[in-house]
Amino acid sequence: MKRLIPFSATTALLAAWFLAVRSQTSGLLPGPLQVMRGLWELLEKGLLVKYMVASLYRVTWGYLAAVATAIPFGLVLGWFRRGELSMNPLIQLLRPISPLAWIPISILWFGVGDTAAIFLIFLASFLPLTVAAMNAVRNVPPTLLRAGRNFGLSDRGLLVKVILPAALPQLIVALRISLGVAWLVVVAAEMIAVNSGLGFLIVDARNAGNRYDLVVAGMVMIGLIGLVLDIGMRQLEKMKALRWGYGS
Amino acid sequence: MVVKSALAANAAPEAAKVAIWGVSMTFETDGKPIDVLTMLDLDVREGEFVCVLGPSGCGKSTLLNIVGGFLRPTRGTVLIDGEPVVGPDPRRIFVFQERGVFPWLTVEGNIGFGLASLAAEERARRIAYYVKLVGLSGFEKVYPQELSGGMKQRVEVARALAVNPDVLYLDEPFGALDSITRLIMRGELLRIWEAEKKTILFVTHDIEESVQLADRVVVMSTRPATIRRIVEIDMPHPRDLSSRRYIELRDSIFEEIGLAHKI
Repeated sequence: MKRLIPFSATTALLAAWFLAVRSQTSGLLPGPLQVMRGLWELLEKGLLVKYMVASLYRVTWGYLAAVATAIPFGLVLGWFRRGELSMNPLIQLLRPISPLAWIPISILWFGVGDTAAIFLIFLASFLPLTVAAMNAVRNVPPTLLRAGRNFGLSDRGLLVKVILPAALPQLIVALRISLGVAWLVVVAAEMIAVNSGLGFLIVDARNAGNRYDLVVAGMVMIGLIGLVLDIGMRQLEKMKALRWGYGS
Repeated sequence: MVVKSALAANAAPEAAKVAIWGVSMTFETDGKPIDVLTMLDLDVREGEFVCVLGPSGCGKSTLLNIVGGFLRPTRGTVLIDGEPVVGPDPRRIFVFQERGVFPWLTVEGNIGFGLASLAAEERARRIAYYVKLVGLSGFEKVYPQELSGGMKQRVEVARALAVNPDVLYLDEPFGALDSITRLIMRGELLRIWEAEKKTILFVTHDIEESVQLADRVVVMSTRPATIRRIVEIDMPHPRDLSSRRYIELRDSIFEEIGLAHKI
C-alpha cells in the first residue's frame, strides 16, 4: 500500500485531466488519450527516439564539458584563497544572467546547430558547478586536512585522498542540480537554435498545424526523461562512502 | 639563524625526545597582538607519558600544534631527537579532539590510511593487528557514521599507531565522550601505551585525567600561558584512584590551579 503513495497525486491528476477534457469541447487542451496517440504517432515515424537522442546528445556533451572543466577549476579556486577572491565577483556577476540570454550570442558564434545548444548547456552548468566545487573545498574540515598532512601527504596526495572525497557529497548534489538545469536549458535552446530535439518538437508541432497533442506529448517526454536523470543521480547519493555527507 | 646553530650544537645524544625551548606564541586578532604562550621550556623523555594540563583557552592546544608542526612559534624552537620541527611528520601523529577520522573510509580504510606505501599483504596484516589492539574486531567494514564516539576515537588512535610513530600527540582526545566511556578509553590508552612504548604528549583540562594517566603533569597558567609547575606522578599503573597518594597528588594540582576541591 505504502509503495503506491508516490503515484497517488499523479494518478489523480491524470484522472482529473481525462474527466476535464471529456466534459468540454473547447479544444484548449488535448486529453490523455490523444496525447498517447500522439506519442504513438511520433514513435511510428521514428521521430520520438530521434528527438530524444538529439536532446540527450546535446545535454551529455554540454554537461560533461562543464563537469570536466568546472570541477577542477572550482577546486583550484577553493584551494587558493586569492583565486577565489579574484574570481568570485566575476562569477557572481555572470551567474544571474540566464543561459537563455546567451542564445543570440551562441547562434552568432556557432550558427544554428548542435554546437550552439551544447554551448548553452555548458554555460548553464559551468558556473553553478564552479561555485559548488569552490565552496565544497572551503568546507573541508581543517582537522581532516591536518590529518592528511600529518600522514605525509603531498599537495597532490591531499587533493586526491582528502579534499576530493571530503568534497564529494556536496559535489554530487551540485551535479544532480546542474543536470536538472541542463535539461531545462536544452529544451529552451532547441526551440530556437536547432531543428531537432524535444524542444524543437514542441515548437514545430504548434507551428506546423497546431498539433497540441504532440506539444503535450513532448512535454510529457521531457518530464519523464528529467525524472529518470534525477533518479539516476540520486542513486549516487546512496553510496555508503558518501552518505555521511547528507546528515543522518 | 644564530640561535638555530647554537641549538644544534647542544643536541647531545642523550637529549630529550621532545625538547621545547623558549617557545612563545603571539596571535594577531583585529590588529592587536595577543600573547598566548610565553617562553615555555619543557623536555619530554623517550617513552614518557606527559600531560599538559590547563584551563580552556590557556594555549595548551596551541602548544601541541606547535610541537606537532602545524603552527610556527613566534619565538623559540621545538627539537625532536635533536632536530628542529619544521612541519607535520608521519613519525609523530596527532590525534584530534573529535572528527579526526575520515568519514568516507571504513574502519579498515582509516586505519590503513597512512600505510599506502606498504605491500598489500603487510598493510592488511597491520590493519588487522591494530583493529584488534583497539578492540574493533568485527567492525572492519563499518563506516565511522555508524560508530559511537568512543569507537571513532579508537579508530583514530589505531590509525595513528598503525604508522608506528615515535610520538603521539593527543589533544583532549576523550573530551567529547561521556564520562563512563572516557574512563574506559583512558584504561585502553594506558594498556596500548604500555604495549607500544610510545612517547605521549597529552593535552587536557581534566585534573583527574592527568593524574590517572601521566608520568608527569605539566600545569599551565591562564593566558599568556607559562608552566606553573611540573608534578611527578610517582605511582605505578594500575593506579588506585582512592589511594592516599592519588588524592594527595590530585589535590595538590587543584590547589596549584587555585581551586578548592569542594563544590
